[in-house]
Amino acid sequence: MSHNDHSHNPEGHNHELGHVLPHSVYLKVLVTLLVLTVITVWVAQYNFGNWNIIVAMFVASIKAALVALFFMHLKYEDPFTWIYAIIPLFLLFILIGGVFLDNPFRDNPIPLPML
Amino acid sequence: MSHHAEVTDPQGPPHVHHMDSTTAYQAAKFGMWLFLATEILLFGGLFCAFALFRWTYLEEFHHASKHLNVWMGGTNTIVLIISSYFAAMAVDAAQHGDNKKVVRNLTVTIICACGFLVIKYFEYSSKYHHGLFPLNPEFNSPEFNKAYQSFFALYYCMTGLHALHVIIGMCLLGWVISLARKNRFSGRYYTPVEVGALYWHLVDLIWIYLFPLLYLVG
Repeated sequence: MSHNDHSHNPEGHNHELGHVLPHSVYLKVLVTLLVLTVITVWVAQYNFGNWNIIVAMFVASIKAALVALFFMHLKYEDPFTWIYAIIPLFLLFILIGGVFLDNPFRDNPIPLPML
Repeated sequence: MSHHAEVTDPQGPPHVHHMDSTTAYQAAKFGMWLFLATEILLFGGLFCAFALFRWTYLEEFHHASKHLNVWMGGTNTIVLIISSYFAAMAVDAAQHGDNKKVVRNLTVTIICACGFLVIKYFEYSSKYHHGLFPLNPEFNSPEFNKAYQSFFALYYCMTGLHALHVIIGMCLLGWVISLARKNRFSGRYYTPVEVGALYWHLVDLIWIYLFPLLYLVG
């Protein structure tokens, strides 16, 4: 199923194998990632209480999405690859969600390591 | 017929039984993505443990996290992001058949990785001087209570496992460089470059989450 489509679209042409992107895309993603990193550190100095971790994780997820979509070409991949990429996120959601649905409502907090 | 990959085209895809080269390329990518999925779950388990311990012992985790140097962690984040950029550019170079550029870009990636490990070394050794390491008998004193110690248990597990992945990634990319130096890649075949870069991007991804969690939010 190779795509020999050489039409000019702004996101680069379809190669026979993988998708070729114009260099400017990689550069823009790099700059965005660096800016977001600076923002993450800058925002962390302010105390928003419980919101700190939410904001930090949200910005980290944007960075992760940029790396996955563009550097790893996930945006241009087929549905099967998307499934491989999304299933672990879904499973982690169940794992962490399930743990937090259960543990906070128990009387004994998690036992500390026997160090 | 021998079972060696018979390469009549020196820069083309190796002959794989029962598959045309495009399918072989896609299968290799699937294989790496599937492996990356298992890696995400591996670190995900540790992230889950961190989430639960932090939620239960928030004060101690905030306090313990202050021992970490945000500037060193932040610099490492930038170093890895830059290394990822050059890995992506190496794949691009391979797609265009420029083997020399593949070598240059992946070499920069590996140099960045070395920089990451050097900074990590300074971080770990400074902790050693402050007595904040797992087998130190003084670390197990009452003033460092057990919740405090669990922050560091998770810190060393997660960053240590990540550093191991950095080293593995360096070896992988080193192998790809050795292939590129033999002019192995072209627009018709660059699978090892793509697959090696995918692994490297995952190493970057994991650190993108590790840094704010351990250093910033505690």
